[in-house]
Amino acid sequence: MASETQVVNHKPEAGVSPSDTMVINIGPQHPATHGVLRVRLELDGERVVRAEPVIGYLHTGFEKSAETMTYQQCNTLTDRLDYLAPMTNNLAYVLAVEKLMGIEVPKRAQYIRVMFAELTRIASHLVWLGTHLMDMGAMSPFFYMLREREVILDLIEAASGVRMNPSYFRVGGIAYDLPEGFMNKLGDFLKDFPRWMKMYRNLFEDNPLISERLKGINVLSQEGCLAHSVTGPMLRGSGLALDLRRSAPYSSYEEFEFEVPTRSEGDSFARLWVRVDEMYQSAKILEQCLDKITPQGVYMTSDGKVALPPRDQIYGDMEALIHQFKLVTAGFPVPAGEVYQGVEGPRGEMGFYLVCDGGPRPYRWRARTPSFYNLQTLPVMCEDGLVADVIVAIGSVDIVLGDVDK
Amino acid sequence: MSHDPSGITERLKAKFAGIAERTASQDQPTFYVPCQHALAILTYLKDDEGFSLLLDVTGVDYFPAQPRFEVVYHLFQPLTVIRLRVKVKLGEGEAVPSVVGLWPGANWPERETYDLFGIVFDGHPQLTRIYLPDDWEGHPLRKDYPTTGRRAD
Repeated sequence: MASETQVVNHKPEAGVSPSDTMVINIGPQHPATHGVLRVRLELDGERVVRAEPVIGYLHTGFEKSAETMTYQQCNTLTDRLDYLAPMTNNLAYVLAVEKLMGIEVPKRAQYIRVMFAELTRIASHLVWLGTHLMDMGAMSPFFYMLREREVILDLIEAASGVRMNPSYFRVGGIAYDLPEGFMNKLGDFLKDFPRWMKMYRNLFEDNPLISERLKGINVLSQEGCLAHSVTGPMLRGSGLALDLRRSAPYSSYEEFEFEVPTRSEGDSFARLWVRVDEMYQSAKILEQCLDKITPQGVYMTSDGKVALPPRDQIYGDMEALIHQFKLVTAGFPVPAGEVYQGVEGPRGEMGFYLVCDGGPRPYRWRARTPSFYNLQTLPVMCEDGLVADVIVAIGSVDIVLGDVDK
Repeated sequence: MSHDPSGITERLKAKFAGIAERTASQDQPTFYVPCQHALAILTYLKDDEGFSLLLDVTGVDYFPAQPRFEVVYHLFQPLTVIRLRVKVKLGEGEAVPSVVGLWPGANWPERETYDLFGIVFDGHPQLTRIYLPDDWEGHPLRKDYPTTGRRAD
């Protein structure tokens, strides 16, 4: 595109004359960019002189749309931000609204939320691991990992009715109770999980092609991470054990035992192992969920101002019918105020900043999405490296373009 | 519940003039700082108070109130998990100093705020649109930008 070179007024580095460098685009349609990311690379031979991510191809204007929707409807937008981990987005959002309204969520619902947040974390990390290895040329792990991810999606489908974009968490609790036999299915999953993980690890652990490929490249220091607002596994791969589930617990995470895997090297290899170790910790949390979640019990707050009335009441009770109608059509008002709530998503701190004016729709609905911030470090990681390492760096950030572009 | 357990409010007010604390309807310590001192105050918060992580930069449009914009910074101390919200009020056509020099991570969110609100960040290295095409007209997150149709007028 002729206009492209005019828009980005790049300056060649000192010592490199413009004729020595070549500008190429990776993406936006490229299998290794995990979506519609474009990276504008300036190359001197195989050395990267400049790397500039160009984003916005998936911009959907969620923040504007949210201002026209009721608080409960906005929940469906959160699914579509980071579409590999919809449940943690749901969680951040409903916690933010609940914090502002002062709603107490029943313990059982809190545990169920933790359970699904951890299931999505494993599912999201499985997709990441598969695609990351595929970027490096290992084709088969991807198929295995998508197969196992499907088991988690089946669990999500059993509870919420859909595989992706479930909007299962609601302000005040969760949408429906767990179906019969759900915990047994979860138990089966947890029995199989270590066996699968062993198989995956056989594919890449002690594999010199993987470790030599990843060690020492795309290094980010801890200071560099903090300066670039990086959170999540990337920050923990650089030695800082910041995990909101531990340091600022929400939704009863303080009652669960788990470790926060940390590595100090800050390279792509460290980030790989932080995420793999995290999957084991998520499984450990899920084991505890098996004991904590009772088969029967309340799953929604009793506050009739946000919770829909029970189904049997709607057919016999006029008041309940009116409540149902009003809650679904007009929504519930949220007191005026401002709130920020962050949770530990699979990619880092997923946060929502809401400005409410007392009406049934948010005045300002801001999603602090981790991939957007983490992707900023791509130039830092890639510049002066080799062009082949750019692909590894993109995989190592673990981007979801829905999360980046909003 | 104490709103500000670490006493940042007192230290800030002693050091800088024109700081207004807002306690009503806020879930974390929140300050309005004057635009001309914003950079100095944020530098102090980063270097002396240990807010090494800038979580978010965004804007809010209070049209038709004057001044209509607020730029909102969410700061975070990773070790103590203390959060802070700093706000700068801004009229249309005014500029707020960029904090990219303090936190390089402010680069994209400031571009995003420029793109979607039209708020100018003084001293930003590359203040261009980030999501929308370069020839896009208007700033969608402004309250007078319609959600349907092409243009308001």
